[in-house]
Amino acid sequence: MKATLLTAVALACSLSACGNDPDPTQFGPAPTLPEKQRGLLPSMTIADPAGWGDRRPVVPQGYAIQAIATDLKVPRQTLLLPNGDILVAEGKGGEEAPAMRPKDFVAGYFMEQGTSPAKPGNRLTLLRDANGDGTYEGRTIFAEQLNAPYGLALVGNQLFVANQDALVRFDYRPGQTRASGPPVTVARLPAAINHHWTKSLTASPDGRFLFVGVGSNSNIAERGIEVEEDRARILQIDAQTGAAKPFATGIRNPTALTIQPGSGQLWAVVNERDELGPNLVPDYLTSVREGGFYGWPYAYWGPNPDRRVRPFKGEMVGRTIRPDYSLGSHHAPLGVAFSTAGLGARFADGAFIGEHGSWNRDTPVGYRVTFVPFRNGRPAGQPIPFVTGFQADGKTFGRPVGVTVDPRGALIVADDLSNTVWRVTPTGPQQPARVASAR
Amino acid sequence: MASASIRQRVIHPVQAILLASILPLFLGALLSDWAYGATDEVQWINFAAWLNAGAMVFTGFALLWAIIDFLRSDVNRDRRSALALLVLITTFVVGFLAALIHGRDAYATMPAGLILSLLTFLLALAAVWLGFSTLRSGAAR
Repeated sequence: MKATLLTAVALACSLSACGNDPDPTQFGPAPTLPEKQRGLLPSMTIADPAGWGDRRPVVPQGYAIQAIATDLKVPRQTLLLPNGDILVAEGKGGEEAPAMRPKDFVAGYFMEQGTSPAKPGNRLTLLRDANGDGTYEGRTIFAEQLNAPYGLALVGNQLFVANQDALVRFDYRPGQTRASGPPVTVARLPAAINHHWTKSLTASPDGRFLFVGVGSNSNIAERGIEVEEDRARILQIDAQTGAAKPFATGIRNPTALTIQPGSGQLWAVVNERDELGPNLVPDYLTSVREGGFYGWPYAYWGPNPDRRVRPFKGEMVGRTIRPDYSLGSHHAPLGVAFSTAGLGARFADGAFIGEHGSWNRDTPVGYRVTFVPFRNGRPAGQPIPFVTGFQADGKTFGRPVGVTVDPRGALIVADDLSNTVWRVTPTGPQQPARVASAR
Repeated sequence: MASASIRQRVIHPVQAILLASILPLFLGALLSDWAYGATDEVQWINFAAWLNAGAMVFTGFALLWAIIDFLRSDVNRDRRSALALLVLITTFVVGFLAALIHGRDAYATMPAGLILSLLTFLLALAAVWLGFSTLRSGAAR
């Protein structure tokens, strides 16, 4: 049966116009949206993993990159602690999402090929560079036996962790290398099926609330609309009582959240829907409006209806907010962090985006960390590749996930394929004069 | 055993089972597609996909059997067996297209899925009809 299916897939590949998906200019506030298209099979190019060997990710001139931790157990998001320590959330969830159709078995098999075979750690690892020389010689397991931890946030002396089924809290005092006890559950999170299991997390500037991103339970409600009742939204959770309310809805898979320094505004990177073609629908970076509806599943990128959804609610199409900034279709942004002056003049004002990379288009996109320049608090200009070289010669060496800015002058990048945490630092002159004059 | 050629067998029981199985499965897929189109209840399209997949397994084996049977030199056939084989091949091809369409999400399966399910069912009906009415006689054993 499986052999038949594989042959079938190979045959159908020739029917779905494989190798033909030009990349339009699709970055920024007004991306080109081509016609929807879908062959007999969706286009797929699954990452073919390989070891880094002597290779390293590529960074701009004047920057250096090094691995500060390897052999982790599927690192996803990182958190910088006040004393400079780095917490790494390691895990994998969504295993209970049942295969509903023959397709789910086939697609599931292929997609598994592009991920790390490592057993997920379901733990938090703490990395420490005691003498500040850039080598993180200290490594301890801060907490373990968590349920697919992903989002991390520190509020005062409380460390919040978004597991795939609950928001939990540890007590934290600076310098601690191991949690003093098991976590306290702050609030249960929607966890039935958990097709998109990653629960992203950030705290409001005053620390009163936690924002939790909850992804949809399907691509476009093909598991039925009932299982989407509490999905595809950003929850606002009271840090003390655990009371939750939806902050924004229709936001398909908000995989990383962060607060913009200065404005205190919540921003998110969001993974949009599949199977409408190689250049639909753009994944995006957006400021999140309270009470806003971002379209899923009925519409995308403003009022563009997606009539694959039944029952269809036409009235929701007009309500759909257009996001701020397209990162390109299928780039799969999973990390976002606002920069600081410590990363050099050229990359001081803007946001870094960790792009996990595509699987459902013929020509891979993403597989890099980009920098979206900002001006006056808004995205301005084309994204600039910041860390690249994750793919070469048809092989994939790493896939970026969470990104964290260390204001002392470093970007931390979690890589869940090579199970590495990378650290990018400015090394010398970063051509500040030229960039300054360009602005 | 000189009289062996008198004993005629229209169809081997195994091939009869394989062929007979595809009818209710393709019919079930057709009805499930129709139910999805009529109700928007997504579970029906899952049923349709599985029923089609099940039917394709039996169609595949029935086709394999029919091809081997067709190539055997020790079996005398009438012209209908060639037609039966041809229709069975067409059933398999159209059924496979239906399977691919049923790999789409939710209403993206419509209306192509329903149309292909109807076509597949009609082809399967013809294939089974021909398969059961083909005269063949085996050599002596």
